[in-house]
Amino acid sequence: MLRLECLQSVYAELEKRLVVTIMGAVAAELQSLGHRPNFFYLQHAMGLASSTGLGLALCLPQQKVIVFDGDGSLLMNLGTLSTMARYSPSNLLHVVFDNESLLSVGGFPTATSAGTDLEGMARAAGIPKTTTVRTVETFKSAVIEALGGQKLTTIIAKVEATGPSAYVTGLALIENRFQFARHIQSLKKP
Amino acid sequence: MEAAPLPVSLTNSKLIYDALKECDIGLVSALPETWLVHLIRLADDDPEMILVRLAKEEEGVGISAGANFAGVKSAMLMQNHGFLASINGIVSFAHLYKIPLLMLISYRGTFGERDPWQTQGGNVTEPLLRALAIPYSFLDAGESVKKRIRQAQRLAESSLQPVALLLMRDLMWEE
Repeated sequence: MLRLECLQSVYAELEKRLVVTIMGAVAAELQSLGHRPNFFYLQHAMGLASSTGLGLALCLPQQKVIVFDGDGSLLMNLGTLSTMARYSPSNLLHVVFDNESLLSVGGFPTATSAGTDLEGMARAAGIPKTTTVRTVETFKSAVIEALGGQKLTTIIAKVEATGPSAYVTGLALIENRFQFARHIQSLKKP
Repeated sequence: MEAAPLPVSLTNSKLIYDALKECDIGLVSALPETWLVHLIRLADDDPEMILVRLAKEEEGVGISAGANFAGVKSAMLMQNHGFLASINGIVSFAHLYKIPLLMLISYRGTFGERDPWQTQGGNVTEPLLRALAIPYSFLDAGESVKKRIRQAQRLAESSLQPVALLLMRDLMWEE
């Protein structure tokens, strides 16, 4: 299963949500499908995309927030699983693309390649709903189910360690940040 | 046997908390440390405050950024060693993306410190704040708490960057 196919399969579902991604392939591939003002790409600070999503979800209970995380990023901030679980906002969906690799730096294998089970860790941390998916169809249905449900969910999507040819896009980081904040402001207007 | 209550100043903790409220702080992230116990309890008891108890302080950078995007003002409560643990997040999120952060940092390991394990962090806190070009000031007397928190928050918001207030022993510890 390719990450790009997964993103494509749920792209239409992202329109009315707030989306936070990690850096690297996830950010570049989502942008390749078409940037929207409700997408924020955290192009560094590995591990903090899920914390950003948690802050958004707690402050905006009326909005659905989706985080596209990765195995390398999550392994850098495993404590986020226990913090998310502690507050369990029902409007947060945490998707982890697990390619068992630090792809953008040349494909060095992460601990998930040696058996570390991120779904097991999320479940043991207390995330109310967790699942691991290996096909685009099950990925799409897991995302749609979580978006329609009322439980904080972590989806581990096992994907191939392939990515785009380039990671730098035409969207300036700062522009993305202010556009995203303005978009959220516009949602609050009556 | 019940431990004797620690001489952390409840009066000055309340002053700090009230000053945060006057700045419309709606979210506080925190990792407990001795000097912060009353502040965290005050946040926990306040139904209007979103309190996020962290596993590690760096998470607070992401949570405050999310709150900022959502239009909610936030503050981070941490020890200086928690500041040390947050530096990558500060540089590669708050600085890179121009995120205002109001960081209240208990300044352990300075004059009067009895705990040997706090002393090394005390040596490097201000040099690191200067190296990171983070504007900082001190909360060391009750009468200036309100004004200085207001000023720090104003600067964080106008400059869109992290600003630090160092919580000093003279304010936090009654001994």
